[in-house]
Amino acid sequence: MSSELEIVWLSLKVASVATLASAIPAIGVAWLLARKRFFGRAGLNVIVHLPLVVPPVVTGYFLLIVFGRRGFVGAWLDQYLGFQFSFRWTGAALAAAVSAFPLIVRAIQLGIEHVDRHFEEVASTLGARPIWVFLTVTLPLALPGIIAGLVIGFAKALGEFGATITFVSNIPGETQTLALGIFTALDRPGGEAVAMRLAAFSVAISVIAILASEMFARSLKRRDA
Amino acid sequence: MSLDLAIRHLVGQFDLDMHVRLGSGLTALVGPSGSGKTTVLNVVAGILRPQHASIKFDDDTLADTDAGLWVPSHRRRIGYVFQEPRLLPHLTIRQNLMYGRWFHRHRQGGLPFDEITTLLNLSQILHRYPSKLSGGEKQRVALGRALLAHPRLLLLDEPLAAVDQTHRAEILPYLDRLRRDHSIPAIYVTHTWAEVSSRADHVVELENGKVKALSEL
Repeated sequence: MSSELEIVWLSLKVASVATLASAIPAIGVAWLLARKRFFGRAGLNVIVHLPLVVPPVVTGYFLLIVFGRRGFVGAWLDQYLGFQFSFRWTGAALAAAVSAFPLIVRAIQLGIEHVDRHFEEVASTLGARPIWVFLTVTLPLALPGIIAGLVIGFAKALGEFGATITFVSNIPGETQTLALGIFTALDRPGGEAVAMRLAAFSVAISVIAILASEMFARSLKRRDA
Repeated sequence: MSLDLAIRHLVGQFDLDMHVRLGSGLTALVGPSGSGKTTVLNVVAGILRPQHASIKFDDDTLADTDAGLWVPSHRRRIGYVFQEPRLLPHLTIRQNLMYGRWFHRHRQGGLPFDEITTLLNLSQILHRYPSKLSGGEKQRVALGRALLAHPRLLLLDEPLAAVDQTHRAEILPYLDRLRRDHSIPAIYVTHTWAEVSSRADHVVELENGKVKALSEL
């Protein structure tokens, strides 16, 4: 039982870190895609969405090439900062973040596109520089999209399997998250009960996340209605 | 005060081409819909960058596009009351009123907050959110918000268009008092003469993007 709780705790940690670490870059990319026309926009769009369309194993393999111990970024991080992704929970979080990133960006981009630009104009005439317009008008008005993006990203991160197992393997207590734990349990004779309990945990976590975001969205609607 | 305007803006069939010098007081910008009134305000406010524009407010050049100069709207200090109130829906009325003021908080003087809220009769609704307000109330807040942001010029784009008849009668006296008590120059766009005929100091008539007539009252 304790190892099951460990799996649940590790999964929550990996998915939360992945989602929160993605939040600010995702908001930045979503804003660029929603509001700016620039050279390389199409390329950025493709790169961001790539993890959504390539097999997760391919994502994991690329992460291994880039962030693995011999990867060009991974080797540098290890040598100069003593920081490693490979076979660590941080690597599981990176794999989850990369896989969840396109979903987070999409939802936030929709949220930003939904913001009436008239409100941004009025803020500007009142003396707000573009960065303040973004922080005080665009961002709060896009909040429903941001919350939706983070919730769906968290759910995706929680269920990540292929990229994780390819990049950081399946190490109990370090990289064995819920999906990997269920996979391992099913592989073991008599592991069905464990698999069932872990599955119940993942359903419960997802339901709580959805309900929490619903409640939040409703409280926003009450104010604006 | 003087505002020198030269704007040339071609979009499809529409050709806005006007040169005009506006003086202090209230200038009425009149003309049928599609004559380019709102476009002029957007250019003056810095929201719309036309193909050619040269805008001079007293000695301050706000735009000279041929020289590549375009002062962004947040540095123009031009208050703008749009046709729709455009109150920021996530902020209370007090926060909406204080929004522009905050960006000019190091500036001395300006109209006192209490005086404006009293004048526009907003003191009772400061804690509310915009969605709970009537059309007339919203437009009064929009006017107060523009006034509190230290404007040196006020643009009013048919501010009464979205307000029903009874509430119009409620807002016009406020405009009169503002004009009497605070000498902020204003450009007032309308297509209903009656709204401004007794109030305007100058009238600019626009038709098809050209100045048709210019008169002092």
